[in-house]
Amino acid sequence: MTEPRACPECLRRSWLLALLGPYLERKATGSVGSRSPELLRLSNEDLVEATAPKVAAQLLGRVEALPESHLARELELGGCWACCRHGELYPAALRDAADAPWALIGRGDPGLLDGIEPFGAVTIVGSRRATSYGREVGRELGRELASAGMVVVSGLAFGIDACAHRGALDAGGRTIAVLGCGPDVAYPAAHRSLWRRISETGLVISEFPPGAAPWRWTFPARNRIMAALAGMTVVVEAAARSGSLITADLAADLGRDLGAVPGPITSRASAGPNNLLAGGACVIRDAQDVLDAMLGAGVREIERSGPELDPTLAAVLAAVEAGEGTCDGVAAALGLTGPDAAAALARLELLGYVTCSTMGTHTRTLLGARP
Amino acid sequence: MVVLATAKTFTLDGISARPVRVEVDVHRGLPGFAIVGLADIAVREARERVRAALVNCGFEFPLQRIVVNLAPASLRKAGPGMDLAIAAALLAASDQIEWERLSRVALAGELALDGSTRPIPGALAIAEAAREGGAEAIVLPAENGSEAALVTGIEVVGLDALGRLPALVAGEWRPERPEPLPLRLDAPGGAPDLADLRGQPHLRHALEVAAAGGHSLLMIGPPGAGKSLAASRLPSILPPLAPGEALEVARIASACGRLGAVAPGGRPFRAPHHTISPAGLVGGGSPPRAGEATLAHRGVLFLDELCEFRRDALEALRAPLEAGEVSIARAAGGLTLPCRLMLVAASNPCPCGRGEADPDCTCAPVAVRRYQGRLSGALADRVDILAAIRQPSAEEIGGAPGEPSEEVRRRVTVARERQEARLGPGRCNAEMAPAEARECTLRPEAAALLAELYSRRRLSGRAHDRALRLAQTLADLEGAEAIGQEQMAQALQLRRRDRD
Repeated sequence: MTEPRACPECLRRSWLLALLGPYLERKATGSVGSRSPELLRLSNEDLVEATAPKVAAQLLGRVEALPESHLARELELGGCWACCRHGELYPAALRDAADAPWALIGRGDPGLLDGIEPFGAVTIVGSRRATSYGREVGRELGRELASAGMVVVSGLAFGIDACAHRGALDAGGRTIAVLGCGPDVAYPAAHRSLWRRISETGLVISEFPPGAAPWRWTFPARNRIMAALAGMTVVVEAAARSGSLITADLAADLGRDLGAVPGPITSRASAGPNNLLAGGACVIRDAQDVLDAMLGAGVREIERSGPELDPTLAAVLAAVEAGEGTCDGVAAALGLTGPDAAAALARLELLGYVTCSTMGTHTRTLLGARP
Repeated sequence: MVVLATAKTFTLDGISARPVRVEVDVHRGLPGFAIVGLADIAVREARERVRAALVNCGFEFPLQRIVVNLAPASLRKAGPGMDLAIAAALLAASDQIEWERLSRVALAGELALDGSTRPIPGALAIAEAAREGGAEAIVLPAENGSEAALVTGIEVVGLDALGRLPALVAGEWRPERPEPLPLRLDAPGGAPDLADLRGQPHLRHALEVAAAGGHSLLMIGPPGAGKSLAASRLPSILPPLAPGEALEVARIASACGRLGAVAPGGRPFRAPHHTISPAGLVGGGSPPRAGEATLAHRGVLFLDELCEFRRDALEALRAPLEAGEVSIARAAGGLTLPCRLMLVAASNPCPCGRGEADPDCTCAPVAVRRYQGRLSGALADRVDILAAIRQPSAEEIGGAPGEPSEEVRRRVTVARERQEARLGPGRCNAEMAPAEARECTLRPEAAALLAELYSRRRLSGRAHDRALRLAQTLADLEGAEAIGQEQMAQALQLRRRDRD
């Protein structure tokens, strides 16, 4: 396996970006941050001149003065490693972007980057304010793609991102979280346990040094890494003006495939993907659609044969599919007694056809063939 | 001339009565009336009530120096219930009555200014304490007579006015023992009946299982789906109280001044509003008083809008639910109140109540997460059954009435009897310790079902035991010797889901 290595010059770029956090924040506000990836094309000197002209010399001097041993110690303290654009571990896919990060700081298994190819990875993005439909789809896509051997890339944010990661972890698959802060910073803090699971079994990467705080501009900045890393970017749910659409734009600019999960036309949460579909993005109904679009139809099939169901269970499943979430609803729709409906739902849950939320309502999973 | 007289009375401490000895000393000096012995304001105001009552009943109020001592001096005395004892001792000390039995008789009651008596809270506990203290008789306000008459082995005298005291002392007036208050073991007719819950077979089943095993229940559903209606019907399907339990319930109700017209009998049903304070819910304050949890002893405590309750109030309820009693510690001494109750809670699925699946739901996801987070914290660990309910359809609401409470209660009672035979008197499946739960007999198919879910790490150890307890209750309802596959599957559906 290739050992992660980074030259000090590239690493200093990461530290410089962390120092420039507040300055770039000021430049990037107003236009929803879309300017920051453009700025990141610039060389160190130009970038500092463009964002913090008054303290340019001071900042550059500070970064230049960072000794190599200090960088190494900081990485070690954060439990991180680094690779740079001159190293072998650096994903080839990232070189496609003019504004590619100079160095990647990682936490977790560097093997996930080793030989990562665009057609071996899928980026799943979506709204932080996701509906239960979006969360379920995100999780199922993550689960099925991961079990089909794809690396699931996402951003650890609330909503769709977290569901995609969780789905991949459910399947015991590989997942990469790309952060807009240092990879040792669990952001958002509510996802600390998810972040820990990913850094134990998967990989967390970032272009920012350990301990770096997130800024508004760092999210579109990390989106460009997510877009470049994978062969396809799937938008599950997004409002009409959403950060996820920035990722979609960046992916399209790089010539990556773009997929979108259709949603109700009345749902604001699905406005983004529906617009993308209207603009020609691939329709993503399940993980098979993703594989077909990326690899060609029928190249890789997803195993989806569920166990046989007896007529009662099949009828109950149909009722859940029709939107009956509660036991009473199922019982009333099919004329079953309460206990029978409860037992049937419990069996379907065991077989993986339905899930039960913490609020006690049942929904159909995407997993498993129709009976 | 007698200058010193003593009388027995009681003060309420939580729900039990503590004996107090009233000593009255009348001697020459500047006329005055002092009450000493850690008396609260209501006791100190007895001076004015006793003075007026004596004068208005035609007695003489001695124009001498009167000192009333309430012993033991270290015990805090509260309430107006000592008026009668003070008045009687004062009459004896000033030679207006000659009552050699006074030291062997307990007296309790409040006096009105015209000398008539007024009822006091806790008469039942006071009568019991009087019997324990070896008193021959207890004299109480007439309104409290029937309550005190529940206590056997002591003479009960219902006194309607202070003016009749000389007749009682002289033996000219021998009142009959009041009729004991009828203690209802089950809910009276006309109480809310489960037949009012139409349709909703799963909710009915969940209620039945909860009642049969004493399991706590959480209902989640939109407003108006029948959560409160279902909860208020729960006491009617619980098994009747044992006579001893009914006495416990009556003692608590009496100490809180709720016995009689307010309590229709049977198992209590308490539904405190969600703005209640921790002290209001579990008891507390100064002096400590019983809370809603104690008032719901042997009955149902219904927390509607669980997410709206103050977090500290719910936290305070946790330990008492576990222990079956509330312990209130004060520097001046502790107090333990019983609270073996069935917890029933209800909540909306999200702040707006429609539920996330409803497209009209206007709640922000963060708000929903925060709202649901409250359900998983605090009290949720104590909840066994989670029932998601929905708005019943028009056909269901307009349909035939459901099975009446009477029928359901018959099945519940049989199931409880089976549990008592297995676990011991008064115990139910919900109280099974983990070791006991794992001793439940399972058919191989049922065991396989549970093991499959457990091995997939979808169940924690605690959830495993909870499912077993529920399945055992289902088996008891069916009259089955061992837990079958069907019962196990139902239990797995009914159980509360842990957050992943």
